[in-house]
Amino acid sequence: MSDIFFLQLIIGGAIGIGAGYIGAFMILRRMALVGDALSHVALPGLALALLFNFNPFVGAFTALFVAIVGIWILERKTSIPSETLVGIFFTTALALGILLTPQPELLEALFGDIGNVARMDLYITLPIIALVMIALKLISKPLALSTISKDLTRSMKIPVNTINFLFLLMVAIIVALGIKVTGTLLMGALVIIPAAAGRNISRTFSHYTFMSAVLGGVAAISGIIIAHQYGFTPGPLVVLSGGTLFLVSLLFKQQ
Amino acid sequence: MELTSSILKVSHLNVTLDGQKILHDISFDLNRDDTVAVVGPNGAGKSVLFRALLGLIPYTGTIVWEKNIKINYIPQRFTIDSDFPLTVREFLNFKTKNHHTILSALRSVGITDEHHINHHLLNQRLGWLSGGQIQRVLIAWAIIDQPDVILFDEPTAGIDVGGEETIYHLIKKLKDEKDLTILIISHDLNVVYKYATTVLCLNKDMVCYGAPTDALDPSALKALYGEATFLTHDHQHK
Repeated sequence: MSDIFFLQLIIGGAIGIGAGYIGAFMILRRMALVGDALSHVALPGLALALLFNFNPFVGAFTALFVAIVGIWILERKTSIPSETLVGIFFTTALALGILLTPQPELLEALFGDIGNVARMDLYITLPIIALVMIALKLISKPLALSTISKDLTRSMKIPVNTINFLFLLMVAIIVALGIKVTGTLLMGALVIIPAAAGRNISRTFSHYTFMSAVLGGVAAISGIIIAHQYGFTPGPLVVLSGGTLFLVSLLFKQQ
Repeated sequence: MELTSSILKVSHLNVTLDGQKILHDISFDLNRDDTVAVVGPNGAGKSVLFRALLGLIPYTGTIVWEKNIKINYIPQRFTIDSDFPLTVREFLNFKTKNHHTILSALRSVGITDEHHINHHLLNQRLGWLSGGQIQRVLIAWAIIDQPDVILFDEPTAGIDVGGEETIYHLIKKLKDEKDLTILIISHDLNVVYKYATTVLCLNKDMVCYGAPTDALDPSALKALYGEATFLTHDHQHK
């Protein structure tokens, strides 16, 4: 196995695990569509990074962060529902990103290319994923509770708004990292599909979050292996592997 | 030392939400160990009063709880999807991991069969429980960390009549066993006569406050529910 392929598997697997884990919380919070549209926002940031030659992760993360803060503020200050805000701003961002991205890189930005990873990516990705997962684990109790009842959680003196903000921040980090694997168009799928499959086969919360992470890793790694074998772009195959896992999980649906 | 101490003092409480005046000039004192029923028509601001007392919404006026008091709250709309992957054990574990504490809280709400608890109830998804069972688990959740005060927002919404009676009976039993002050929102005036020591009638303004048999006079009922109110209550005098 070549070094570069090994790197792809480790980085892709780690991102899959992180995406699956955070996706578990996004699904419970009915953020599946937000997660999907949100990944599009990364494109203009990515485009600026390519144009001005700085780290694409920083570009994507900055764009996502601005979008998330914007939605978080607008949701609290206006009465426009967040799904409308997401629909307007995130698709506009996608359009802008497509115009800004230099033509040769557009396909890679849209569908990802883990083929050109470097060892440096490993040193960035693994610690960030580990940190996000630990932080998520720490706030998992208030996150789960506030999904059931915001008032109940706030009555326990838990700062629900701060927790929500931290959560969105972590979503931005994971999505920005994941763009390397699946691209801006398909990243939403890597977050949502493993978690949806995990939900089908789990009865308890701990099993659900664990299985979502595992299935995310399995989807990413199997997608990258198949793509490598047959010479395809890995991104779409990662998503297809996730879709297959979801179909299989339906056979074992709880209830 | 006073025999009954005031646990909560509310004065000139006003709440305005989205430009609409929801509560107007509410003032009352609450004594330790009281059971206060908050009654009033829909839209009278009962839930809003609770949310203000908990500091969840902005208000003017003052709300002063006794120092270091522990308040637990059971909101009205507690709907959980049946496929939400959270077991009763995991839900109660959010409060304590101590199995004995969990068992004793469940015993207090009338779930005593240890085999059933360990092998069925605790492993059951919260969303799979019936309305009455969820309410019991919620009450167990509310008493598990030994609060001084519990706020119940319509604890029997969505429960059939028989179950309703059981839940109120249970709340009364808990109150008698543990040193608890209870505030409870209810639609049912019979419940008020039967279980409450104090009634607070709310219709944006505070219409009445006092012992149920005194406070709920015809003029208070008229101010609450309008002209054509005919009420019979079947409380028993001892």
